[in-house]
This record gives sequence, structure tokens and C-alpha cells, in this order.
Amino acid sequence: MELLTPGTGLILWQLIVFLLLFFLLAKLAWKPIITSLKERERSIQDALDTAERARIEMSRLKSDNENLLKQAREEREKILRDARDVSVRMKEEAEQNAKKSADRIIDDARMAINNEKQAALREVKDVVANLSLDVASKILRKNLSNDQAQKDLTQQYIKDIKLN
Amino acid sequence: MSRFLSLIRKNFVAFIIFFLLVPTAGFSVQGPAEGEEAFDASQFIIHHVLDDHVWHLWDHGGTIYLPVIVYSAEKGLDIFSSRNFYDDHHNIVEHNGYTLEHNHIYLSGSHKAVLDLSITKNVAMLFINAAFLLVVFLAVAKGYEKNKGKSPSGIQSFFEPIILFIRDEIVKPNIGPRYEKFLPYMLTLFFFILFGNLLGLLPGAGNLTGNIAVTVTLAVLTFIITNFSGNKSYWSHVFWTPGVPLPLRLIILPVEIVGLFTKPISLTIRLFVAITAGHIVLLSLICLAFIFKSVWVGTGSTVMVLFISLIELLVAGIQAYVFVLFSSLYIGMAITEDEHH
Repeated sequence: MELLTPGTGLILWQLIVFLLLFFLLAKLAWKPIITSLKERERSIQDALDTAERARIEMSRLKSDNENLLKQAREEREKILRDARDVSVRMKEEAEQNAKKSADRIIDDARMAINNEKQAALREVKDVVANLSLDVASKILRKNLSNDQAQKDLTQQYIKDIKLN
Repeated sequence: MSRFLSLIRKNFVAFIIFFLLVPTAGFSVQGPAEGEEAFDASQFIIHHVLDDHVWHLWDHGGTIYLPVIVYSAEKGLDIFSSRNFYDDHHNIVEHNGYTLEHNHIYLSGSHKAVLDLSITKNVAMLFINAAFLLVVFLAVAKGYEKNKGKSPSGIQSFFEPIILFIRDEIVKPNIGPRYEKFLPYMLTLFFFILFGNLLGLLPGAGNLTGNIAVTVTLAVLTFIITNFSGNKSYWSHVFWTPGVPLPLRLIILPVEIVGLFTKPISLTIRLFVAITAGHIVLLSLICLAFIFKSVWVGTGSTVMVLFISLIELLVAGIQAYVFVLFSSLYIGMAITEDEHH
């Protein structure tokens, strides 16, 4: 039965010692411990938040970079395409120019040939005329070697002049 | 021969444990000498579980005589050593008009009980426990000062998970958002009970947290905090339960009022019984060796004592946890905002 009857003295001592212990520990131990724990938790939370923000920023930057890269790639494609077009056009132009100048050269050549031909023909004509003159003069010289013949001819010329 | 030696070697550890544990676990008890009366186990056990004015560690000089402080209207305050109650043969004698009977001090003439404020074995244990708590947690607090903004080290990292467990698993969920006001009390309560339980398991130590005076004081403190923190909704639930027909309210009222007091009573009894029962079981098993006076019973009981001691370590933690858990729950119930309206 004594086991179940609380002793007055022990109750008093327990009350005094426990309350004293509570106030001492609350002031000297629990307060710094709890505030440090809370502070540490807050700093950890802050660090986590910062990391999360940095992660978001990174992913944003990455997507920006990807966009830039995509744009650059598109631009390159466009430049290449343009260059190809230009080169094709230039080739065609060059071909046309070449053809044109070739045609012109051919025309020129043809014209020159014609001119040359005309000149040559003229020369041939001159030569033939001279030759004929020569032949004619030679024949004439032979035929007018006597006076009679010369007279006859002169007569004839005079006749012709009259006709004019 | 070699088989015999290997048998000894195999059982060597068991032998060592047996020879080490039995004399210490038996505390001061020697088998009764020839001619003495038979060993009274129940007397021995009850004596060890109860409070005492002397601290008996071992026979022949192992007794610490604690100071007696008594107050009576007739004789006023008196302080003297409890050695005065014992003669040279350890028989109880009167001293200065006081008699000691079954650990209670009376005035010799009128046989009237005096107010006994003695530093008994349990009060001494209480001081040791409080000093231990102060030393440990001031060291822990110093750790936080030293490792500000850094990871914990040493004794600080040992207690930090326990403190966090009490805060995050017991106090915060049961008391609610206003838990911080009650956290210092809960932490003090938890570690006081835990350290008291563990110190009480040491051989020769007093049964502090298994004493009903200690548990009732703690329970009354929780009761006072609960009812002084109680809000309007708490008291309206106690005296005039809302949402219940009038005749039922009249029936519920006494039930609620009884309920107010069953809470601290259950706290008191639970801790006291759990710790005292554990001590009684341990001492009973130890006493088996002295009742049967057989090596084999001694070996068996030693093994049992070892396992029960391990269970008692568990109980020491569980009871501290449960006491704080229910204290938090009661306070939480008293300060919660009413959700019905």
C-alpha cells in the first residue's frame, strides 16, 4: 500500500526541482537549441530555394540557347539556299553571256568573212580587168600597128562621139 | 581433455557474465547465513522499489546516510543525519523525540506524523537526474553555439535527432500550430522521464520515475497547463457540449468533468506502474537465484535478467514517449479551435 501513497516530501522536492530544471533548461538550453535548429532549417530551405531558382533560370537559359541555335541553323540554311540560288543564276547568266558573245563573235566572223570575200572578189575583178586590159592592149597593139587600122579606129570613135 | 577445454572456452563468456552479474545484480543481498531466517523475496523487492531515508549500496559500509529534514508544529524544523535512527547493529532507534516506522517519521510521544522533507534516496536521485540533465543539455546547447551554421558534432548530434523527433513527431502534430509555447516543457518532461528511467535501471539506483509521488507531480503539471491553456471551445465542450440535446448535456456534464481528472490519473498510473513493474520483475528474477540457491537457476535467471533489462531499456524510452505524447494530446485538445461552427 505504501507503494501507492505519494510522499509529501518527495512531491514538494519533485515540484521544486522540476520547475527549477524547467526554467534553467528553457532559458539556457532549449531556447538556443530551438532557435539554432530553426535558423538552420531556414538556411537549408533558403539554399534549396536558391538552387531551385537557379535550376529554373538554367533551364530558361538553355531553352534560350536552343532557340538561338535553331535560329542560327535556320539562318544558315537560308544563306546556303540563297547562295545556291545565286550561284545557279550566275551560272545561267554566264552561260547566256557566253552564248551571246559566241553568237556575236560568229556574226562578226561571218561579217568579216563576207567583207573579205567582197574585197577578194573586187580584187579578182580588178585583176581580171587589168588582165583583160593587158590582153586587150596587147591585141590592140598588134592590130593598130599599121596606120590604116589606127585611122579606122579613130573614125569609129568619132562616129560614136557623134552619137552621144 | 581437449574437448573439455573447448567446452570451457565456448562457455567462457557465459561464465564470465554469470559471475559478474549475479553478485552485482543481487545488490547487497548475501544468502542468509546459517541460523538466520529464510530469505524473504517480497520484503526485499518492495524495500528496493520504495523510497528510503538511507541509500543502501552494499553491506558493511556501503550505506549512505541521507539527511533528514522534518517539520512539525510542536518541534519546528529539525535537520539531522538519518544515521541517528540506527544503532551500531543497524537496528532502528528513536532519536531526539522522533521515531522511524516503515520509512515514516513520527513524533515519539503522540505518534503524530511530521512533515517529512528529508533528502531521501529518491530526492537524491532527483538531484542527480536534474544535474545530469543540466550538464548534458548545457553541453548540447554549447554545441549549437560552437557549430553555428555548421553541421552538429559530438553530443549535440546524438541528441539532435531525439529533440527533432519530439518536436516534429510528438509536439507539432498533437498540439498544432501553437506548439512552440509548449515545446520547452515537453522537452524537459521527455528527457526528465527518459533519464530518470535509465538511471533507475542502474544497480543500486533509486526508483525515481517509478515513484507515484514523482509521476503524480508531473501529471498534475500537465493537468494545470492543459486547463490554463484551454480556450472557450474546450470549456464549452466540457460544461455544455454543443450540438447535443439538453437532457443528454446533463448526462454528459459529469462524464466530461470526470474525464478532466482521468487524464492526469492515467498519466500518473501508467508511468508509475510500467517502471515499478519492470523493477519488480527484474528483482524477482534475481531473487530466484537466492531462493533456489542453485547455480543452474542462477544462470537461467541471469540470462532472463539480461533480456528483461533490454526490454526495460525499451520501456524507458517508450514510457517517456507516451507520457509526452499524451501530455501533448491533452494540451492540443484544449487549445484547438472549434471546427463545428
